[in-house]
Amino acid sequence: MTMVNVHPIHILLVEDNPGDVRLTQEAFKEGHHQVSLHVVQDGVQALQFLNREGQYQHAPRPGLILLDLHLPRKDGLETLADIKKDPVLRAIPVIMLTTSKDEENVYKAYDLQANCYVAKPLDMGQYIDIIKEMMDFWITRTNLY
Amino acid sequence: MKIQPIKILLVEDNPGDARLTTEALKEGKFHNQLAHVSDGVEALAYLRKQGNYHDAIRPDLILLDLNMPRKDGRETLQEIKSDPELRRIPIVILTTSKAEEDIFRSYDLHANCYITKPVKLEQFFDVVRNVEDFWMTIVRLPPN
Repeated sequence: MTMVNVHPIHILLVEDNPGDVRLTQEAFKEGHHQVSLHVVQDGVQALQFLNREGQYQHAPRPGLILLDLHLPRKDGLETLADIKKDPVLRAIPVIMLTTSKDEENVYKAYDLQANCYVAKPLDMGQYIDIIKEMMDFWITRTNLY
Repeated sequence: MKIQPIKILLVEDNPGDARLTTEALKEGKFHNQLAHVSDGVEALAYLRKQGNYHDAIRPDLILLDLNMPRKDGRETLQEIKSDPELRRIPIVILTTSKAEEDIFRSYDLHANCYITKPVKLEQFFDVVRNVEDFWMTIVRLPPN
């Protein structure tokens, strides 16, 4: 398979559930991609990271953002809206990664220009498989900027 | 896994590439309904059900080439993504261009993903099937 992107790719994971963070890290490890994963717990932190504020002044610009829907302080859809209306940030692909299969959330996410919406399976093995397949696609198939 | 056939609109002016994409999708593991138009003007007429396209079916996914006559992929992308009725339809840019400028510009205009068409036939087939696979099985598409 041809690698189309320059490695390592910085990925920002916005996720408040420690179990899901752990599973995502495992999936990345199993996927063998050269990825540098940065984790923040809510939308406020995500925007600080992206805007390099406070403790994040040396944060890299991520090639990809994985964004959970239900987050404390600023939730996933608000965070998505903020990213996608910011001329500096909006070109970063945002993948919504959530347990919600609520059609209304899917509709809103695409309406706010999420790049794709992935429902997290509840089963751990399936969860890891989905993350692996998703990352395979984004890292080896798509061109990231 | 979804049972409904996925409806794809291919916007591609090169007949060779259009034919290869059609073949790759036909051989894929999913049932799909493919419509093909050859430039941005036609794509928008199709999506807005104008003229010859009054019976057109709203696609679940658009595969969009960048370099096309009349209205190119960038303009077409911009027009679709600024239309409140159409902007939720995922658009995959499928192009021979590897230019950073094109990649950045496409994401900036809210392309859902950007994929370079490989020149080798076998790889081209793989990529098209992989795209279909990803959008069919991994992703939840917006309600149509």
